[in-house]
Amino acid sequence: MQRILIVGATSAIAEACARLYATRGARLHLLARDAERLALIGRDLEVRGAAAVSSGLCDFAQPFDAEALLADARDALGGLDVVLLAHGVLPSQQVCEQDVRRLREAFEINTLSTLVLLTHLANMLQAQGQGTIAVIGSVAGDRGRQSNYVYGATKAALEVFLAGLRNRLAKHGVQVVTLKPGFVDTPMTAAFKKGLLWATPDTIAAGIARAIERQRDVVYLPWFWRPVMGVIRAIPERVFKRLSL
Amino acid sequence: MRSTGWGRYPAIETTSYWPATHGALARTLIDLQTPTIARGMGRSYGDASLADHLLIMTRLDQFIAFDAERGELRCGAGVTLAACLELTVPRGWFLPVLPGTGMVTVGGAIAADVHGKNHHHDGSFSEFVEDFEMMLADGSRLTCSRHAHAELFQATAGGMGLTGVILAARLRLKAITSSYIEERMVAADHLDAALALLDEHAAMPYVVAWIDVNQRGAAQGRALIMLGAHAAEGGLRARARRALTVPFDLPAGLLGRSSATAFNALYFHLGARRTVARHVHYAQYFFPLDALQQWNRLYGGRGFLQHQCVIPPDSAPQALREMLSTVASSGLASPLAVLKAFGPGNDNLLSFARAGLTLTMDFAMDAATLALFARLDDIVVAYGGRIYLAKDACMAQSTFRRGYPEWENFQALRERYGASARFASLQSRRLGL
Repeated sequence: MQRILIVGATSAIAEACARLYATRGARLHLLARDAERLALIGRDLEVRGAAAVSSGLCDFAQPFDAEALLADARDALGGLDVVLLAHGVLPSQQVCEQDVRRLREAFEINTLSTLVLLTHLANMLQAQGQGTIAVIGSVAGDRGRQSNYVYGATKAALEVFLAGLRNRLAKHGVQVVTLKPGFVDTPMTAAFKKGLLWATPDTIAAGIARAIERQRDVVYLPWFWRPVMGVIRAIPERVFKRLSL
Repeated sequence: MRSTGWGRYPAIETTSYWPATHGALARTLIDLQTPTIARGMGRSYGDASLADHLLIMTRLDQFIAFDAERGELRCGAGVTLAACLELTVPRGWFLPVLPGTGMVTVGGAIAADVHGKNHHHDGSFSEFVEDFEMMLADGSRLTCSRHAHAELFQATAGGMGLTGVILAARLRLKAITSSYIEERMVAADHLDAALALLDEHAAMPYVVAWIDVNQRGAAQGRALIMLGAHAAEGGLRARARRALTVPFDLPAGLLGRSSATAFNALYFHLGARRTVARHVHYAQYFFPLDALQQWNRLYGGRGFLQHQCVIPPDSAPQALREMLSTVASSGLASPLAVLKAFGPGNDNLLSFARAGLTLTMDFAMDAATLALFARLDDIVVAYGGRIYLAKDACMAQSTFRRGYPEWENFQALRERYGASARFASLQSRRLGL
């Protein structure tokens, strides 16, 4: 029976992942901001077959005690096999260009809170000698574009940090998985016009579970984003800067 | 955001809200100063789930409790019927009433009081709803059943979201020993034969006829009667089939008259030869079109309309003949038409299904389509029938009022619960509700 911690558990992708693990009979600990939503999701996961569901409240826009949050999670689950960090916001690029408070907030939530959690998790899992840490980044972190470079930068920072962490923890039996979803049809992206490249949270969740099961390092979700981003990254900067992307 | 119903006509600009909790929904309802309507998977065909401001209920898709001893499921209004089955089938329980797609929400199924191929035995969806929780215009919550707030139950089941927002429901399930259906087909060369066969096989649990509406003369109304019953064996698999997706709008003429006529002829002759019983999975039997996601794109960017009416038993054969002749002489073709005999209706104020014959036809949206629908509606009214609100995109207010004589009681109840000013759809405005 797997023991799974999900941070940002009320996001559409995280909820879809939790449902997958619940049907497999996992024990789950959920962290999120919204107590009412956590209660709805917790009951649902129990009906779907989770062995046990517990939860805690956290808001990464505010100062938080990462050590206490994670210790509670570990105690509730009796150890950590899989940790999925799925919290995040999609800030408005235009607003961030004018208001540095919004810029800071995006980095607090998407980047700094994640790095703080990862720092404590790394030590916990290293001591345990096993476990998987999976973090939701984004294809937006692969290259800065004028339409969303703030969001992209918050996710790009994770990439380097995770690579270093993977390098450090590999010899301790701890796997670090960097997940890079492309366009996902969720409430976070409700305002966007959807086309062929869009995936559902269920598709992404299945990809996440598979990446964790197969102990992958860096995964694009769905897979076709790897060649797409390969091409986008290969465009020379002197050409790229003239494109309207 | 541009929104449409499943038929993709009409299309309007909308602002959508995705409440994730009951608290968030109440705040949205109170903050919104203009009328709104709840929407689930958007599978009603016309304008029933369209308004300037939409409450999209799909995030409230959590299960609440499943009693596998007694066969009772409680879930949020945003859970789809397909998801319910995936949970309950492996434990030996089935939804007693299923429409033609699993991609509808429980809230939507109650609001349209949907029916299935077994209506002649079991009635419509609401018969198996023990109770439901709903949110009223002021954001307060109430549980309705046949005993508590019975009036509101009867107005809300079939009430197209116009009394409030359904939040969660308790459903009574049916025990099964197999997830498979034994299906058999019988061919009928003309309408009278089809009607006689529907009668003859009424003892079967699931009975529906595919009908070739493009035939005239002696072959008018030729049909394949499809009979089904739950199999006893085959295991309890809730196989989630991998579905294909229609990736973009196909050219509008693709499902035009000649291709639809050819398709119907081919379908009839292939079906007529297949008289041997088939053992098919429930998803394939009940939701054949779900295997092709966004099949509504097959009709092209202008969309399509579905006409579904029910005509009281005595006048039904004559009405059907007139409707089939009207279609045949219109120059329009329906690639998909279905005929079924309903059992008795229920006491809900606006539920569609009632004793008689129901005929369902799809037509690509075209300059002549609305005119054809007006002529068909006139026949329906003349024979004392009514149009299904979940399919309707264009019926006249007078057609609605003749077909649903309880509309005044429905309106009065909405007034009493403060719903008239807060819940409205494009459809309700067109129909004068």
